[in-house]
Amino acid sequence: MKLYARRRRQSKFFLGLSYVAVAIGLGWLALILGTLFFNGFQGLSGAVFTQMTPPPGSGGGGLANAITGSLIMTALGIAIGTPVGLLAGTYMAEYGRYTKLTVLIRLINDILLSAPSIVIGLFIYQVMVVKMGHFSAIAGAMALAVIVLPVVVRATEDMLLLVPDSLREAASALGLARSIMIGKVAYRAARAGIITGVLLAIARISGETAPLLFTALNNQFFTTDLNQPMASLPTVIFQFAMSPYKEWQQLAWTGALLITLAVLALSITARALHNQGATK
Amino acid sequence: MWLYGLGSQLSPRDGAVAKNLAFGGGRAQQAEIRLASVLARFKFRDSAFRFLTLACAWAVLLLLGGVIVSLIMGALPSIRAFGASFYTSEAWNPVTGKFGALAPVYGTIVTSAIAMTIAVPSAFGIAIFLTELCPFWLRKPIGIAIELLAGIPSIIYGIWGLFVFAPFLQQHIQPQLIAFFANVPILSSLFAGPPYGIGVLTAGIILSIMVLPIVTSISRDVFETVPAVLKEAAFGVGCTTWEVVRSIIVPYTSGGLLGGVMLGLGRALGETMAVTFVIGNAHKIASSILAPGTTISATIANEFTEAVGGLYTSALIQLGLILFVVTFIVLAISRYMLMRLRVKGGL
Repeated sequence: MKLYARRRRQSKFFLGLSYVAVAIGLGWLALILGTLFFNGFQGLSGAVFTQMTPPPGSGGGGLANAITGSLIMTALGIAIGTPVGLLAGTYMAEYGRYTKLTVLIRLINDILLSAPSIVIGLFIYQVMVVKMGHFSAIAGAMALAVIVLPVVVRATEDMLLLVPDSLREAASALGLARSIMIGKVAYRAARAGIITGVLLAIARISGETAPLLFTALNNQFFTTDLNQPMASLPTVIFQFAMSPYKEWQQLAWTGALLITLAVLALSITARALHNQGATK
Repeated sequence: MWLYGLGSQLSPRDGAVAKNLAFGGGRAQQAEIRLASVLARFKFRDSAFRFLTLACAWAVLLLLGGVIVSLIMGALPSIRAFGASFYTSEAWNPVTGKFGALAPVYGTIVTSAIAMTIAVPSAFGIAIFLTELCPFWLRKPIGIAIELLAGIPSIIYGIWGLFVFAPFLQQHIQPQLIAFFANVPILSSLFAGPPYGIGVLTAGIILSIMVLPIVTSISRDVFETVPAVLKEAAFGVGCTTWEVVRSIIVPYTSGGLLGGVMLGLGRALGETMAVTFVIGNAHKIASSILAPGTTISATIANEFTEAVGGLYTSALIQLGLILFVVTFIVLAISRYMLMRLRVKGGL
């Protein structure tokens, strides 16, 4: 009986530790979001969305140019990365499902998915910024597109593989060309999942800082010229948070809050869409 | 009639083809020719689309090749200038043009080690809770909350670490660590020096929070692959829950767990922004983990735009190359382990 009591105590002890781990994990989340909301909302005002980033040491100002820059580069990154990723995923699931090439691409793609984003920044710097001779928004957008690509490839392949083959066979039995079958049947059946993947890709790149640091650089002024350096929320947060000026640090908190709200909204939408697709 | 099913894909002309087919008539031969042209168009469309998708698939491979080639090209001046001494030298002096990777490589390894030491046991604990202990209605909300941690952008961790966590450590934790370990032989040098707040330990802890959800989610997935009959058999012979976890679940899933840990390690090694904020960017190897240091990614993020002169930039790119090669190997091992599990689990 003594042995049994000892084993029970041991079990209780280790399982108790797992409760502690959960409490710590949830505690981190609450702490981070709590301080972020507390500090971010303090600086939230209309001026944040309408005024430009202020010069150092002066009050006022906003993040209008950074917000616009982030929106432009994120949209461009998605617009470039998504079609390529979609088509590559289509090849892997529809044409080359059992080929060695697909196995290789799947492995490489999974590695690119978790590759350090700063290395992507170095790559785009080498192939675009050096060639063009200056930093530019389009280089930043390309860096983001490179990060989007593996996310979309993965989502497309996974979702297309879930489409029942009987649907494809039914379409082909009607005499549909394979490309039309993919467009009209396979994509439609996998639509919710692929859109979820794209939303997650947007969430991922809207907070990316490292690949923008030396591709799009930063810009104190408002610009929509893709050939010029362009401000983005993450790089402005980086610059302002590391500065000694109180006003800049407050703007950094507010910017951080905006990014987090955007990312959370995207994740929740993606999750809702995913669940909707699952119940269907 | 089957051609009508194509709807908008076909022009009205093709509809006429179908009518001719259906109603016969004297123009059957003509219709046949038109049908052949439709099929030829299908064929062209098919091969064009197939070629397009294949090209995009190759683009993924070319992307990887491009990253490696461009990094090697960029690093070439530095590789030529320093050779093997780049890996053994601690020097980092832009003025004299002497560069060595030892300090950033050391910082990367130490911060990742701290992060994994904290994150892996916690992640396993949370995964065990989620698969074995948690009531069903709580599983989803807690799972989502942990995944939210993974969704928070790294710059948020950075700004939070700099303004909230580092000052807290500086005022409340680090002085006590220093005092507590002051007379312990080896540990006293590990926890020596003034409490800066920012430093290697702070970066490691922040990294552990970022790695935690990744390892948790993989561990939970692999724990769920354990057949219920194995667990029930163990409970049947009188095992406690902990004994089932230790003797059945962990051995059964060890390959997958290793894959999850490697995936987390890949993230910890390459993470940039969160570390850049809190590590202090000091190019020296200190014995104390409370001292400021630097990592490969933090060095690149901090110095790249300021780097003037070819050799400085090139040395930074070579650091990036080292980082990419190391994370590539770690991630490849991770994927291999997880792929094997998938085959074993019949998923």
